[in-house]
Amino acid sequence: MPNAISKDEALKAYHEMLLIRRFEERAGQLYGMGLIAGFCHLYSGQEAVVVGIQSILKPQDTVITAYRDHGHMLACEMDPKGVMAELTGRSGGYSKGKGGSMHMFSREKNFFGGHGIVGAQVPIGTGLAFAHKYKEDGGVCITYMGDGAANQGQVYESYNMASLWKLPVVYVVENNHYGMGTSVERSSAGPNYYGRGQGWGIPGELVDGMELLKVKEAARRAVDYARSGKGPYILEMDTYRYRGHSMSDPAKYRSKEEVEGVKEKRDPIDHFRTYMLKTLKIPEDQIKDIEEEIKTVVLEAVEFAKTSPEPDPSELYTDVLKEGENV
Amino acid sequence: MTLISMTVREALRDAMAEEIRRDETVFLMGEEVAEYNGAYKVSQGLLDEFGPKRIVDTPITEHGFAGLGVGAAFGGLRPIIEFMTFNFSMQAMDQIINSAAKTLYMSGGQMGCPIVFRGPNGAASRVGAQHSHCFASLYAHCPGLKVISPYSAGDAKALLKAAIRDPNPVIFLENELLYGQHFDDVSDDPDHVLPIGKALVRREGKDVTLTAFSIMVGKALQAADLLAEQGIEAEVIDLRTIRPLDTETIVQSVKKTNRIVSIEESWPFAGIGSEIAALMMEQAFDYLDAPLIRVTGADVPMPYAANLEHLALPQVETIVEAAKTACYRTPS
Repeated sequence: MPNAISKDEALKAYHEMLLIRRFEERAGQLYGMGLIAGFCHLYSGQEAVVVGIQSILKPQDTVITAYRDHGHMLACEMDPKGVMAELTGRSGGYSKGKGGSMHMFSREKNFFGGHGIVGAQVPIGTGLAFAHKYKEDGGVCITYMGDGAANQGQVYESYNMASLWKLPVVYVVENNHYGMGTSVERSSAGPNYYGRGQGWGIPGELVDGMELLKVKEAARRAVDYARSGKGPYILEMDTYRYRGHSMSDPAKYRSKEEVEGVKEKRDPIDHFRTYMLKTLKIPEDQIKDIEEEIKTVVLEAVEFAKTSPEPDPSELYTDVLKEGENV
Repeated sequence: MTLISMTVREALRDAMAEEIRRDETVFLMGEEVAEYNGAYKVSQGLLDEFGPKRIVDTPITEHGFAGLGVGAAFGGLRPIIEFMTFNFSMQAMDQIINSAAKTLYMSGGQMGCPIVFRGPNGAASRVGAQHSHCFASLYAHCPGLKVISPYSAGDAKALLKAAIRDPNPVIFLENELLYGQHFDDVSDDPDHVLPIGKALVRREGKDVTLTAFSIMVGKALQAADLLAEQGIEAEVIDLRTIRPLDTETIVQSVKKTNRIVSIEESWPFAGIGSEIAALMMEQAFDYLDAPLIRVTGADVPMPYAANLEHLALPQVETIVEAAKTACYRTPS
């Protein structure tokens, strides 16, 4: 039986997952040093979700998420330097230092943010899908949300319109089991997020979000479905975040054993590394080369984020309105 | 260019029709806009001409379709989002302010959101507290938004066209009571647009400046007629755009009249009149011979009873009395 993934694809996926992990570790350190401030939500633990899904997208596809967004940006191949410099509030950041951790965008990479209001990205993603269909560009919008957002009313307003108009959108519920400090058991009556589109005829499935290959396989089904004109699809990704909700959260609502248990038994990167070694027979040296390369990339990003100048004071009043572009 | 007579309702429809014809990325979306031809018939005939791709009926889901419109604008389209009344925009305010207005800034100038939110605003007639809210001050508070509130049919058409062509989110506040009113000032030239942010002196006068927008412009003009009979020449400024406000035109007028009354139907606290008062303190203080007077709606939720509703809204007589007070003339 052929392997589910080629060696090249596997190396690329491993590279992306590990880049996110190492990037987030460094972001956490910079936060501790006071170089990053405000809200900073780390993605560690959830890497297989975004890397698996992004790996099957086409260039015209669009992506939108909430505020735990560093991983999504890196998986969209945005420059780690620009992301890290935005975290430090510098002019070299993707938003020139005016957005911060929660608000970054890249038109070039079709990444539409980076949104700080829980659930607000869901109608916007539905609108991006509306634009794909209107323009007939063959694109699909991947709209990410957490289990917390999945209880917002606007999510269901979106499901209704997306299904009514057969919009090419895949809703990805990243269920990391805690909306800030509230577990899904305490927040959700009937926590089967994948089944919540049933009333609108939207298919959904539950996926092990810690297994890259399973994510990839499910994503292909979902994206093919949406791209073929059949309408929206829901993927619930069973995943886990290793860190607190944000940097100011000591995460006392869950036990150390719970967190360590997941890290030990289900870590998406360790698992995939073993798979590459044992099943794909990729030489360990090749994997170590990637690990070394990522160290350098992240260190360069940190250096850039520390040395890029703060935005010029004149930037305070720019970008409020677009000027002179009436067509 | 010929000026023709039509209602505000027809002028708004023509503005949308011309822009939808002109630019394939422009579409209209909202409750009852297509098959019903608009709850107030503003979109009459548009579905017939443009079909359901361009004229889109939505479910009753303001938060959802406002956000969907923002996403479509990010995705390269130019949506016109109709609220059946602006009262319902309260459901969608997060998407309008947090998503539409702020994203250009938050993205360091990358994103942009060319979208128009339009619909009737303010009091109509006997529709109670939840259907009579004027949102001019509330939306004008927010950087990243433009807020337009026209009076005449000609302005309604030329400014709505400007709003649709603008690369920013625009709040376009109409008035139900004006929809059926005829004006002789509508251009038949599909390329005629007015600049956003320019007020219009609708009547010149030397004694007192009256500022107003939307339906209150009509009341201010009536008040100016009555004042003229009493020997007071009022200058009436139709603000047309609330944000960015044409402060220059107001200041120039006050330099001439030295007295000013601001008129709006909404509540007094932190209203448009409060803003104009502050601006005059900052920019025309030495020219003022009397304190600015605010004529506003009563500081209460809109009552239903006919007599109370009348009392809650600025009337021509209220404006006349305010202008006379500003001119230190004994109230009649």
